[in-house]
Amino acid sequence: MTGGQTFRFAVSGVTANKLRSALTTLGILIGVAAVIILVAVGTGSSKAVQDSISRLGSNTLTVSTSQGGSGGRAGGGGGFAFPGRQAAASGTVSSGTQTRTAKLTLDDAYALTDKTLAPDVESVAPLVSVQSVVSTYEGAKHTVGTFIGTSPSYLSNDNDSLQAGRAFTDDEYASSRRVALLGPTVAKDLFGGDGLSAVDQDVQFNGITYTVVGVLTAKGSTGPQDSDDRVLAALPGVQSTLSGYGNLSNISVKATSASTVADATSEVQAILNGRHHVTTATADYSVFSSSSILSAVTSSNQTFTVLLASVAAISLLVGGIGVMNIMLVTVTERTREIGIRKAIGASRGTIVSQFLLEAVLLSLFGGLMGVAVGLIGSQFTIVGVKPVVAPYSVGLAFGVAVTVGLFFGLYPANRAAALRPIDALRYE
Amino acid sequence: MTANPGASRRPTAPVIALNQVVKQYGAGDTAVHAVAGVDLIVERGDYLSVMGASGSGKSTLMHILGLLDEPSRGTYRLDGTDTRRLDERQKSFVRNRKIGFVFQSFNLIPRASALANVELPLAYAGVGRLERRERALAALDRVGLADRVKHLPTELSGGQQQRVAVARAIVTEPVVVLADEPTGALDSRSTADILGLFDELNANGRTIVIITHEDEVAAHAKREIRMFDGRIESDTRNAPLLGLPPALLAHATPGAVA
Repeated sequence: MTGGQTFRFAVSGVTANKLRSALTTLGILIGVAAVIILVAVGTGSSKAVQDSISRLGSNTLTVSTSQGGSGGRAGGGGGFAFPGRQAAASGTVSSGTQTRTAKLTLDDAYALTDKTLAPDVESVAPLVSVQSVVSTYEGAKHTVGTFIGTSPSYLSNDNDSLQAGRAFTDDEYASSRRVALLGPTVAKDLFGGDGLSAVDQDVQFNGITYTVVGVLTAKGSTGPQDSDDRVLAALPGVQSTLSGYGNLSNISVKATSASTVADATSEVQAILNGRHHVTTATADYSVFSSSSILSAVTSSNQTFTVLLASVAAISLLVGGIGVMNIMLVTVTERTREIGIRKAIGASRGTIVSQFLLEAVLLSLFGGLMGVAVGLIGSQFTIVGVKPVVAPYSVGLAFGVAVTVGLFFGLYPANRAAALRPIDALRYE
Repeated sequence: MTANPGASRRPTAPVIALNQVVKQYGAGDTAVHAVAGVDLIVERGDYLSVMGASGSGKSTLMHILGLLDEPSRGTYRLDGTDTRRLDERQKSFVRNRKIGFVFQSFNLIPRASALANVELPLAYAGVGRLERRERALAALDRVGLADRVKHLPTELSGGQQQRVAVARAIVTEPVVVLADEPTGALDSRSTADILGLFDELNANGRTIVIITHEDEVAAHAKREIRMFDGRIESDTRNAPLLGLPPALLAHATPGAVA
């Protein structure tokens, strides 16, 4: 009995009942396609988050208060014009900060610029975000997603660039000028077209007039969040008009290089611990590097991907049970044929390989179709995520499908081979 | 294969040699003996009919002869080989090489052409594709179906299907053809066809064992055995072992009434 002959018998067995074989194949197809698509969605969403985090720059640290407190109008202190360092440098750094240990202040931010205590810190930018800011320009109205008051150094910390106009200057910062940079989404909404005409125009934010000096380069969106729907404005101007002289939302710190991120982190912690009278264990603030956020997000995304893949794997298993079910039906239906084959000299091994091959053919075909459907399905954006096909998922799903066919085909095939020819021949 | 079952074959060995073969179902007081101690020698070239009512044990005997069932006791030597020594795999081999089956219900593989059906035992025997085709076509030609080789069983009449089955039985050149009520499902014309085919095969030296309950069929055999309650009740020779079967003999003898 040659392999080719066994193969032809198996093919004729599969094609004998086309509808049934097609439906069985469909079960495997759905399982394989589901594994590929769902893993691709998981990988895609993880990649999208990774991309947006890596845009932050690999050597950027973010200091935030552990309680997540943001600036309010209450609370005095701070209020130093940031680039006007000479003024602050001669003053006391401890004014009022000791009693507000859970807050980040401009003084905290300034303290981090100390080249002696923090040699690995290149630049520091204080951040104050203001909620629900509505921008208007000649009747056009847009609610800004993220409105941030900051210093000019933030642009380099955040890897931002401008497609039109210029950044606000240290002088504008020091003199509390109301100057703003618009994200592309805001600029397009207010000015139409590509939004570049916004440069040098006056825009109202919550009724306060700011001069637009530049338009930021598009960063793209992260899932449902549009990272271009934002406004960056000079912090002193924001404090005097929108946020008040309260606490900072965050401090953005840029290390001198990617390799000094760890050193910069400990320097920042040492300085802030001293100023807040805490230890690293009891810190009322936290320091994130983009790599630490990345690893946290990556691990949560992996969990998500594994979860999706498990659900898909279950459907693959169900498909395999479908193969087994149909093979059992086939064996029962063809009991008499098996008896004839045995009577004219088919050995046990020949019968096993014939039925096993039939099961494998079903799952193989289903697997191939599933790979095709999975790859096509992964071309579409699913729930806001652009799926990224993971090559391992294709190999794995296909391999598992064929293995499933082999495994679930084994029992029916053995059952067929174990039939005594005399019983099989009598079977009606 | 650890041992070739054909290796022990001696030219003088009878094709079939049964010694005190018993087939018992159940045990103790409730035991039923389908075959209750049968001694039987069938020589090469013989044409044997096994007669008997249903329940007489003739079908069980046929299954034992065809290695489809095992005797509970006694020995069965097929072409000199003691069948008790064969494992499952070797039995498949022996069924394939030494026995040709013809069943009452034809038992062709559905969805396979007449040619594919006849090729099947050769495929199991590992015969190459070209030789397989050639031998299968020759066998089909011999049963008069050279023009029907591509037909599916469902496209053939009962008599034609049985002729395909006969072609399948003889294509491997077996030492014995076992026919179980081969004409039971056929009309009288097809019956005559098939019996004529068997006569011809036997005239060419093929050993044939045919199980039937019809006297008309049994009359074609050279030797007639009647079974009753699992035992051989009578054993009659109608024609000499070496020579033509009775039906052909009648035609061949000058002056005989046809």
